[in-house]
Amino acid sequence: MSHLPVLPVLILLLTAPVCLIINRASIAWLMTVLASILALVCSWQILVQVLSTGPLTYALDGWEAPYGIEYRIDLMSAWMLLIISLLGSLVALFSRQSVEYEIEPSRRVYFYVAYLLCFGALMGVVSSGDIFHIFVMLEISALSSYTLIAMGRNKLALWASFQYLILGTIGATFILIGIGLIYAMTGTLNIADIAERLETVGQSRTVTTAFVFMALGTLLKLALFPLHLWLPNAYTYAPSAASAFLAATATKVALYLFIRFTYTVFGTDFLPMSTILVALGITAAVAGSLIAISQNNLKRMFAYSSVAQIGYLVLGLGMANQTGLSSTLIHTFNHALMKGALFLSLGAVVYRLGDSTFKELSGLGQRMPLTMAAIAIACASLVGLPGTAGFISKWYLVSAAIENDWWLLAGTILISSLATAVYAWRVIDAGYFQPATNPQKSEAPIGMLAPVLLLALANIYFGLNTGFTLMVVDGITSDLMGGGQ
Amino acid sequence: MPDQLAYWLIIGLMMVGLYIVIAHANLIKKIIGLSIMQVSVFMLYIGIGYIEGGAIPIIDAKTVLYSNPIPHVLILTAIVVGIATVALALALIIRINEAFGTIEEEELAEGAGEQ
Repeated sequence: MSHLPVLPVLILLLTAPVCLIINRASIAWLMTVLASILALVCSWQILVQVLSTGPLTYALDGWEAPYGIEYRIDLMSAWMLLIISLLGSLVALFSRQSVEYEIEPSRRVYFYVAYLLCFGALMGVVSSGDIFHIFVMLEISALSSYTLIAMGRNKLALWASFQYLILGTIGATFILIGIGLIYAMTGTLNIADIAERLETVGQSRTVTTAFVFMALGTLLKLALFPLHLWLPNAYTYAPSAASAFLAATATKVALYLFIRFTYTVFGTDFLPMSTILVALGITAAVAGSLIAISQNNLKRMFAYSSVAQIGYLVLGLGMANQTGLSSTLIHTFNHALMKGALFLSLGAVVYRLGDSTFKELSGLGQRMPLTMAAIAIACASLVGLPGTAGFISKWYLVSAAIENDWWLLAGTILISSLATAVYAWRVIDAGYFQPATNPQKSEAPIGMLAPVLLLALANIYFGLNTGFTLMVVDGITSDLMGGGQ
Repeated sequence: MPDQLAYWLIIGLMMVGLYIVIAHANLIKKIIGLSIMQVSVFMLYIGIGYIEGGAIPIIDAKTVLYSNPIPHVLILTAIVVGIATVALALALIIRINEAFGTIEEEELAEGAGEQ
């Protein structure tokens, strides 16, 4: 039996205590980078294997599926593993100088420890085929992300972290209730078994209640409007590296769970949800973009923009057709690229200029030309200009709406894109057309610049060459649509 | 006694916990509410595992009917998660108290508004 499926999670989770014991920030950083890159290599291997031979399974500790915990990695899991580990590695590379600047010396090691735990646990959530194991992993990642957020420089980070803790725990408790009710109905915790037995159990009030609790719990973790209240503060006050990692991956994992529960576990019969998802998704997209326009702190602006983008992700699901599902899965990847690039660039701006408001941004094109270029590309991708990754997601989303003959919705999507364009233009305008107070050039150091530029270029590459993304996403949608019905 | 009395009581407890989280401004009280809510879910699991007339799940020649032990095991894990959450929350409250000098929500919100 190959141990590959469990390796990424194991490497990351085991490196964390080692870092804690060694207790030196520089070594902890090096180990974090090494572990992340190893996890990335393993995830790539897993994806290649899944593409060629189908889902991988692994029985933890040798206990076979119905009794033990099973890791079951199908194409969607492999895709999420790749997204998380790619962003995780880049953020790890970036983090050294950012952490040195933003976090006081005594807490630096703890940052890396919490980062590794959060990273590893998110990988665990997407790998696992056992619903209770998913809950535990989700809580490990949530607890470590509260820790990461609380390390921010501003004391409001503590308050943001506490609010996130309250809402996150309520969400997790809801998921736990759902798991309990499902166990009561089916007597198993293995996702594949549950799906099978739920078909024979049929619809009952308990199953519906379980679904509602699990959906609510995951949507809270996903920060879907109006359950998004924890997100803007958390992303604004967290250390830059943590904001980038959480914005790019944590909400995606919640979305993964939501897709997993709706498509694999409960089946798509539960999609009278469709109307609710479309209504919430489009409200989130419009409201998030509109609120983002008036923000003065860029981190907060992009946090609200995340709320809007989460709206697009959910909207794709609500379309309940294959194109809509594709748009969600593509956007999961593309949004990770854009938000990763944006929050990392802001981290570089904070490192050089001390903060990330419009005051620092003005004239940034002269002061940090490469960082500003990365911000501009990521903004273009956010708006969905042709030639960037964002365009592909928007294209699929609007096509899905048109496929359903929902012209009004397609129009509303375009209007919210217009709102996106307004705040993106505010950023570009300040960066390139406003005078700098101090036009001296001070580009970010290469260790920070490399991940930022790589992500920015990826935004263009995956906008021009969609072969790889589409191949994987088509595989996933036919898995989900074929298996669910 | 109605069949589902235990579940009604558990749901009641859950709502009490949730109400405390929402209605109380004191951070410690919020955490107490959160704990009550979590504990009610633990009891829900134990209730699911209970079989009328079932014995403790320890193998023994005389017994034929056992309660289901799996929910107990799951709940042991969930209790650990709950403890970790409460511990982290209390640590955060200590830091919040050091930084802001208060643990009342309204005063914290005012402090946040001044910034």
